[in-house]
Amino acid sequence: MTTLLELENVHTYYGHIHALKGVSLKVNQGEIVTLVGSNGAGKSTSLRTISGIVRARSGRIIFEGRDISTMRPHDVSALGIGHVPEGRRIFPLLTVRENIEIGAWNVTSRADISDRMEQMFVLFPRLKERLAQKGGTLSGGEQQMLAIARALMSAPRVLLLDEPSMGLAPVLVEGIFDIIQRINSEGTTVLLVEQNALMALEVAHRGYVLQTGSIALSDSAKALMNNEMVRKVYLGEN
Amino acid sequence: MVSVRSTTDWLYRYVVFPVGQMLIFIIGAGLVVSVLAYLLAFLFPEPRPNIILVDQINRQLPGMLIAGVSLGFVYAMIALGYTLVYGVLKFINFAHSEIFMFGSVIGFEVMRRLDDTGYMQGWNPILLVAFIVLWAMLLSGLLAVLIERIAYRPLRGAPRLVPLISAIGVSLFLTDAVRAFQAITRNEFNLTYPTIDLPWLKNPIPLAFGETTVNVRVTSIIIIVAAVLMLVAMNYFVNGTKLGKGIRAVSQDMSTASLMGINVNYMISLTFFVGGSFGGAAGALFGMNVGTVTPFVGFIPGIKAFTAAVLGGIGNVTGALLGGLALGMIESFLNGILVYFPALGQRYTDVFAFSVLILILIFRPSGLLGERVDEKV
Ligand SMILES: Nc1ncnc2c1ncn2[C@@H]1O[C@H](COP(=O)(O)OP(=O)(O)OP(=O)(O)O)[C@@H](O)[C@H]1O
Ligand SMILES: [Mg+2]
Repeated sequence: MTTLLELENVHTYYGHIHALKGVSLKVNQGEIVTLVGSNGAGKSTSLRTISGIVRARSGRIIFEGRDISTMRPHDVSALGIGHVPEGRRIFPLLTVRENIEIGAWNVTSRADISDRMEQMFVLFPRLKERLAQKGGTLSGGEQQMLAIARALMSAPRVLLLDEPSMGLAPVLVEGIFDIIQRINSEGTTVLLVEQNALMALEVAHRGYVLQTGSIALSDSAKALMNNEMVRKVYLGEN
Repeated sequence: MVSVRSTTDWLYRYVVFPVGQMLIFIIGAGLVVSVLAYLLAFLFPEPRPNIILVDQINRQLPGMLIAGVSLGFVYAMIALGYTLVYGVLKFINFAHSEIFMFGSVIGFEVMRRLDDTGYMQGWNPILLVAFIVLWAMLLSGLLAVLIERIAYRPLRGAPRLVPLISAIGVSLFLTDAVRAFQAITRNEFNLTYPTIDLPWLKNPIPLAFGETTVNVRVTSIIIIVAAVLMLVAMNYFVNGTKLGKGIRAVSQDMSTASLMGINVNYMISLTFFVGGSFGGAAGALFGMNVGTVTPFVGFIPGIKAFTAAVLGGIGNVTGALLGGLALGMIESFLNGILVYFPALGQRYTDVFAFSVLILILIFRPSGLLGERVDEKV
């Protein structure tokens, strides 16, 4: 298996707050890898560090063999890393169509853009009905679909997903996780951050447990689901 | 490929709609101000012996409207610069008034140099105006980009008051730099634009409105036409092009825009260029209209355009247009009417204009078209 993305002993700070304390993890080509952990563990910070929104103070981030740890976000994106940020972050005053188009910012071929847009409508038929609507007027579930579609428009090699289930009704959560599996089966590698550890581990191949900025456990998703500590702390069993 | 439907669609979106919007704003602002003027005439029928206010208003109304529109467009063009930059950086670029001044000085320099060659008088005046305005746009836009790069970008993460102070510093610096430059190269800093020796340019056009005739200055018409063309182009740029979409995305959510592959710094520079070039164009048009400019000419129009941007709803491009037209109209009417009040006179125009604005903002703090009330500077 080839490694697509790898973090080596990454330390990230917000001012004096030491948010990532030497995180190392690996995402192989074709996998769904999940990063679970409680509030404030550093899950979002891990993704933000990969994307270059915050910069690692030390450590290396290797994507397809090159160190991207000092790159700026738009360059990271251009390399093929798609990021669906926490809270979806739809552009509220752009229309749904414009939001989708923005996702293809660095795609130059018009034919590619319209092909991918058609693919998005197959994946998320609901978006097609909402094209002219402003992004800010969509429901939470629709916004999540739009955020994923927007990130997929650049045809990323790896998709970083930050809590796609947040704030969604259980039915919708199922739907989103189905979509994630489908995107993966069509060839996109996924790094999935979730508080909903049970669901995440169900769809993932492997997982990491993050605790206050460090990796506490890593294993196959199945093994983690059966791990006593994981069951207690993250799956809410006594 | 271009079908009839999509062509008409395009025309509607980028020509008919924005021009219609301008017309509606002009008519609306004109109506409101006219009603207020007649109300004043009702309250003070004879402010001075033998001066019947209603008659004066009747006589001057068309003239005041036209002057208000041309003034309003100048304010709107400057206001766009404040509002675009506020949109992306949430920061008031107080040096923008000096970009306007710079544009007016560039307009003078270009026209003066052309005149020195001796060929200018033979040029088609429309081409001449376009040539001067384009130079002012280019250089003012570049200056605005440079200012952002040197004085604002290094302060991007700093508390919000810090870049504001930097902007005030830049503003003072530019005024003095231009003054020093003019003092050294020309020995004076009252810069008088050369005039074009054409009767049809110099003589006002008499327009008949019922019994009264108004003399419309050709320069007013040129300003209005140029401003309309530029504002239509601006609307197309912001709403119809990929770069405009990028600027809107950056102004709504900078970090998410960068995740989409947008080079945020590039978009910010572009925003400064576009805003700066509009400020510069307004400066050159203003200079050609008033005839003489100085390095200090930016302050008052700058403050007023900033007010117009806030009045319309800062960050909102349509708001800048509405705010500019409303302010221009109010000012033009006050200018025309206050002379008849012995205790007041025209020099109180600004006091009244700003009182009106404060009143409006008390009732609509986010401005006429502002939707969100974010934290304000
Ligand atoms: N912009 C910021 N400034 C300062 N501290 C921050 C900032 N963002 C995050 N932190 C801190 O860094 C730590 C990790 O935060 P992070 O957002 O990565 O957690 P998380 O695992 O994503 O949590 P959640 O599940 O609540 O989203 C927390 O202690 C948080 O308070
Ligand atoms: Mg988070």
